[in-house]
Amino acid sequence: MEHIVIIGNGIAGVTAARHIRKLSDKRITIISAESEYFFSRTALMYVYMGHMKFEHTQPYEKGFWKKNRIDLLKGFVTKIDAENQILITTDQKEIQYDQLIIATGSKPNKFGWPGQDLEGVQGLYSKQDLESMEEFAPNNKVCKRAVVVGGGLIGIEMVEMLRTRNIPVTFLVRENSFWNGVLPKGDSQMINEHILEHHVDLRLNASLDKIVSDENGRAKSIIIKETGEEIPCNFVGLTAGVTPNIDFLKDSGIETGKGVKVNRFLETNIKNIYAIGDCTEQHEAIGNRKSVEAVWYTGRMMGETVAQTICGNRMEYKPGHWFNSAKFFDIEYQTYGWVFSERRKAENEIHFHWRHPKEKICITLAFDAASQTFLGINTLGIRMRHEIFDRWLSSNKTIDFVIEHLVDANFDPEFYKHYEKEIIANYNSTFGKSIQPKKKSLKRIFQFN
Amino acid sequence: MSTVDKSMALTGQPPASLSLNQKLAVVLGMGGMGILLLALFNVTFPNKSLWLTISMLAISLGTLWFSWDAYSHKLPGIKNDGVWFKSISSRGLLGWMTGLALTGFYIVLYFYPEYLGLASKGENTGVISLFDPLSKLLNGNPASQWFVYGTLYTVAILIFGIKFLWKYRHNRYERLRTLSVMFFQTAFAFIIPELMARLNGHKILDGGSLPYYDLKSIWPLNYYNFEGYRIKMFLSSGNIGFALLIFAIASVFIITPYLTYKYGKRWYCSWVCGCGGLAETAGDAFRQLSDKSVKAWKIERWVVHSVVVFVTLMTTAVIYSYLGKDTSKYWLTKSTFLIGVASFLTLVFGWIMIFKRKQLQKDAQYGAIGYFVIIMALIGFHFFSGDGYVFLFKSETLRKTYSFLIGSIFSGVIGTGFYPIFGSRVWCRFGCPMAAIMGIQQKLFSRFRITTNGGQCISCGNCSTYCEMGIDVRAYAQKGENIVRASCVGCGICSAVCPRGVLKLENGPTDGRIDSNQVLLGNDVDLMTLVNQK
Repeated sequence: MEHIVIIGNGIAGVTAARHIRKLSDKRITIISAESEYFFSRTALMYVYMGHMKFEHTQPYEKGFWKKNRIDLLKGFVTKIDAENQILITTDQKEIQYDQLIIATGSKPNKFGWPGQDLEGVQGLYSKQDLESMEEFAPNNKVCKRAVVVGGGLIGIEMVEMLRTRNIPVTFLVRENSFWNGVLPKGDSQMINEHILEHHVDLRLNASLDKIVSDENGRAKSIIIKETGEEIPCNFVGLTAGVTPNIDFLKDSGIETGKGVKVNRFLETNIKNIYAIGDCTEQHEAIGNRKSVEAVWYTGRMMGETVAQTICGNRMEYKPGHWFNSAKFFDIEYQTYGWVFSERRKAENEIHFHWRHPKEKICITLAFDAASQTFLGINTLGIRMRHEIFDRWLSSNKTIDFVIEHLVDANFDPEFYKHYEKEIIANYNSTFGKSIQPKKKSLKRIFQFN
Repeated sequence: MSTVDKSMALTGQPPASLSLNQKLAVVLGMGGMGILLLALFNVTFPNKSLWLTISMLAISLGTLWFSWDAYSHKLPGIKNDGVWFKSISSRGLLGWMTGLALTGFYIVLYFYPEYLGLASKGENTGVISLFDPLSKLLNGNPASQWFVYGTLYTVAILIFGIKFLWKYRHNRYERLRTLSVMFFQTAFAFIIPELMARLNGHKILDGGSLPYYDLKSIWPLNYYNFEGYRIKMFLSSGNIGFALLIFAIASVFIITPYLTYKYGKRWYCSWVCGCGGLAETAGDAFRQLSDKSVKAWKIERWVVHSVVVFVTLMTTAVIYSYLGKDTSKYWLTKSTFLIGVASFLTLVFGWIMIFKRKQLQKDAQYGAIGYFVIIMALIGFHFFSGDGYVFLFKSETLRKTYSFLIGSIFSGVIGTGFYPIFGSRVWCRFGCPMAAIMGIQQKLFSRFRITTNGGQCISCGNCSTYCEMGIDVRAYAQKGENIVRASCVGCGICSAVCPRGVLKLENGPTDGRIDSNQVLLGNDVDLMTLVNQK
């Protein structure tokens, strides 16, 4: 029986395994050094915050793996012998494979800061990172102040986590507004305000110079590069992005750049070896996407795709319209299609931004200046329907059409206040239009007759 | 792994620790409880109205002060910080102690009301006597253990309802739903029946007496509604009595099916019902303790549907026992009734098996067939063998057994007493026959579903953790599948706690209600089509 070995039991590897099992009877082994069972990485924060226990982050019951004949092996792969199709683990175990899927994910970026390897300095990616956070920042007695470096999605999550234990947090953001390499300024500004509402010492235009050690090799303070200010702290979170976790592939003959180089079929340069998820790097970026995409959803989609290929239906990885989501403290964020920040957007991309006068709610829609085609939406504090935007993007609807039918896309719970009227009035006055809001139509939403 | 101090909530660290205000609030609330306890041990209070008022106020203000301090200085949003660190909400020592205390209370309430001070002759004593003035004010009679229970129940729903309103102040669905259960409990379960009791003997009832009737309590939850003594009382109370009887029947066969078709069973379970009301308010802190395993789900299906069969047999036997045999006196006789029941069940069974069989799991099909055969056999056996015991047992034996096992032990002692151990909806999930019947309809014939928002699920597990009915919501959401489950009571908390805006409770067309897309939105369109071919 053909033996499929998957290194890494994250969302990409596990999705691949599940779909291979659906399509075939092949022998499947997943190797992981991180955890015994698959868990949702994105949920680690909720364990620290006390919303869930670690068990709750595991989507499948223990019996699931046996029932589906997916072997789980705890171990760390140190070497791939591609010629003989053998993996070698730290305890010198040899594992023979017929087809190999590399799905080893990411590791937190460290940019060579002095003191970056001290005790009490860490990123937030793995189960071990969570355990270490419990050790170094269990409460505000042990950790009198924490500094989080890097204004992105993980950074703000880490800040939120620490705040639930009443630990004072200084948040260093290199940019002049939170995550404004991705978010347009209106959206980004609202999040700045929300961070301050949560009593966080937010430092914009501030980057890390170095981390200072105490006599025991533990972090005791950090120095801000721009001002030279020293901030005493007991914990430093490094959350300046992630990078593919591929060090163990050196000398394996597998071509790597930033990540494992793959073609559109997720094949590496070596036959029978594939790579999926965070750890991959496309030879050429797909559409507006980056060549390395460390996103939950893309890992899942690659897993689904590679399973087809391995089971004899060679398939290209063709992600659909871009979407993503996050939560900044209490504000939910969803995005569909492309809305670029001022720094990255092209000249023809026009934005319409609406923000609620009091509540922390805003949306930004992007469209093409010439053709008026709708390009994408950022929505903060209002939930929107994925399926509707996917449909509108596929059929190249105009911005006017989207604005007019916005009510169909609303996905907030029942009885929530609707803002389409205000949004449309604002749009009309900004662009000199006279669009009338449509009434919500179940027929349009669910497409039935 | 966790170094968080889990010993007792009172001494923990943030977010599990209590503020000074909260500690004082606990003292105040415990003081109120203390008055009730003293009364229980027969300390005589000189001015009962005054001391009852002081006790209720202390309990209420203590609870409200505690909750206000927990939520007022926080921004609107999800408030689950430290839930699994707190002793009370994570099956810690406080949780077990509360569970034991509640269980003990229910055992005394149901089986030894005399310990609470209930007197069969003469004046009440103990804690029940403390409630006498209030009872006399409302219905003119001294208090019973049920009056005491009803009052405490209503107070609990109101004060914990206000707590819930603060906790979910950003969520209008949750707020409206909670205001609704608070209203129905106070008006329908507490005040109206007491006032109705005042009408007894009045000429607008033709001098008759109405049975104690909480209008929103529908058969089979209200399993005794069609017992002989109640029917007699309804029929002897003029047009109003007759109208109420018609209403009781219509609520079973018309109102419930119609509303469940339109909105799912949530219209009842989390907007109207008193059991649901308590679970959603006082029980909210325990919702995460429900068992989500597949095994628990299997047990749930067998147990709850067995209760439905039990209550159907029991009610049939009870009604049968008081009907006459002579068609000339009244059209509904013992035999017409049995034939009627048999035909109705056959119709429902046939309809499900012919049109909806595909939506049932294998064990559900076997179960349905098995139970149908048993019921029909019992009816037939009885019908062709002439008189004697109905369904092998005396109807009275059936009634008593049901009332003891299901009505008292299951719904009270286990259902509410074990809140801090098994979660807040044990009764609704494993025991309530009304929930089970509406559940079958919700699964097979309703517009309600929880829509999964395309491919946005990140499998975090908040939805499953906080589902009080033990539904593994994530299992559906992460596949991009809508959630259509018989047990879902539509509380909306899964949608509220979802950090990615993935879930929405809504009513829509019945076609395509369950979207079993194995490949999620956002992926290659060709691949989606390919994998979704079945």
